[in-house]
Amino acid sequence: MTILVPVKRVVDPYAKVKPLPDGSGFDTSGVKFEINPFDEIALEEAVRIKERDPSTIVIAITIASAEAEEQLRKALAIGADKAILVESRETYDSPGIANELLTVVNEIKPDLIIMGKQATDDDNNQAGQMLAAKLGWPQATFASRVELGSSSVKVTRETDTGEEVLEMPLPALITTDLRLNEPRYIALPGIIKARTKPLERRNPATAPQLKTRVTKIEPASGRSAGRKVATIQELVGALRERGALA
Amino acid sequence: MSRCLVVLFAPVEATAGAAFAQCLAMPFDLLALKGEVPTNLGAEKIFRTAFIENPPADGLAQGLRNVAQPYTHIASVSSMQAKDVMARLAGLLDCGMVTDAIAACSPTEFKRPVVAGSMIATVEVLSIPVVITFRPAGFGKPQTGGESKVEMLDWTMYSKAKRISTIARGGTRPDLTQAKVVVSGGRPLKDAATFESVIGGLADALGGAAGATRAAVDSGIAPNELQVGQTGKIVAPDLYIAAGISGSTQHMAGIKDRKIIVAINKDPDEPIFEAADLGIVADLYDAIPALRELIGK
Repeated sequence: MTILVPVKRVVDPYAKVKPLPDGSGFDTSGVKFEINPFDEIALEEAVRIKERDPSTIVIAITIASAEAEEQLRKALAIGADKAILVESRETYDSPGIANELLTVVNEIKPDLIIMGKQATDDDNNQAGQMLAAKLGWPQATFASRVELGSSSVKVTRETDTGEEVLEMPLPALITTDLRLNEPRYIALPGIIKARTKPLERRNPATAPQLKTRVTKIEPASGRSAGRKVATIQELVGALRERGALA
Repeated sequence: MSRCLVVLFAPVEATAGAAFAQCLAMPFDLLALKGEVPTNLGAEKIFRTAFIENPPADGLAQGLRNVAQPYTHIASVSSMQAKDVMARLAGLLDCGMVTDAIAACSPTEFKRPVVAGSMIATVEVLSIPVVITFRPAGFGKPQTGGESKVEMLDWTMYSKAKRISTIARGGTRPDLTQAKVVVSGGRPLKDAATFESVIGGLADALGGAAGATRAAVDSGIAPNELQVGQTGKIVAPDLYIAAGISGSTQHMAGIKDRKIIVAINKDPDEPIFEAADLGIVADLYDAIPALRELIGK
């Protein structure tokens, strides 16, 4: 069984980031980068499957600039067998990422893809579903429990009203939600040991053709517009005005 | 010629769907997957299906693709189900997608929150069709009038994924991570019974979930699963009421994408007032009963 885990390098989700003064993006100077936390949950899940069945091969992949080697090394330390860096400095939207992943999936033919439901920087929640659609594979998004069989997988997924259980024939794609697991802590020896694991660099199959483009990043309004009200009546009035109370 | 299809995963989304399409100022149709919707919302056509329960995403998106073919914009109210299905539809159409639009500057330019709602991105749509999920708050109410033609869709749906079971949330309160309203309390709640009656009571009055700070959980006032924060649950409500909460970074990291934070605290210097949209300096034991009385619950 081969499990592919796409990961994304994102700004530390707990760092305070601000838009650049010209609005062209956000200021990442002095900010740490991490594996997208939802992708780390995906990696953890894949590695737990491998721990139960050692014949499992876990491959981590990212499409990013060379700096993302740091995140792939961590993925190897968590327990991936191999990492693939599709090296590109281009800007990708989710369809572009899905198309690039599609090329690799068609080549390495994994039985299962597990990835984060969304990245904590752009919060799009798109790439997994788009990839599953292009592959014609069934999908289970927002997974909170995964039970893998030899030819099918049973996934408990969170829904707007509760949970549901889907059974999917393999190959299939799963996106992870927070409750699926708690990723392990990786101590330094693990990261050092992982340096001997294979990390393959390759060029993108195609140049991305953007279908959407971010043209401006600005601070969220409202946060600074906070105000104190004097009475509960005024509070209820302000909430009704904003549609927050019936 | 631009034309919008709004996919309604539940009938209750009809008004918001029409409001969104009217903001784009283009002719639109509604597709009601379940149930019946009003015919005076300005849609030319209303498609209906006979689903009792929406099929899993793979089959549903495939069916939607056939209906969506003639449209330039295919939209739906943001929900977990919409994200599941609509992103797959975008994949099938090989088109771009805008998730969680909060405003439309034009039919090809939208604003949406990024980095957990701390910043707003303007997204330009470079190719048509485009799939959009939107948050209703930014699009007002629709003008009503006219009469839509209703057309039944006869779909035969095939999903590779099979739904084995559905589990509705236990208890009467919605799940914390999905609740539209969250009422949270801190250590000033004294004990478990007080927490339940004051915080739980307001949560019930608002149809919301109860949450707590780590300090409240650590001191046994609130159960562990109610903890909101960096090491607890991440919530994304429309309304977050923080009562007797100082507003530590650790706690605030658990509140993502919220629309409105209300702070109720005796101490006007607590950092929660910096993060809150609306704040009231008051003892929560006075403020919460007064609030419940005013909202008639």
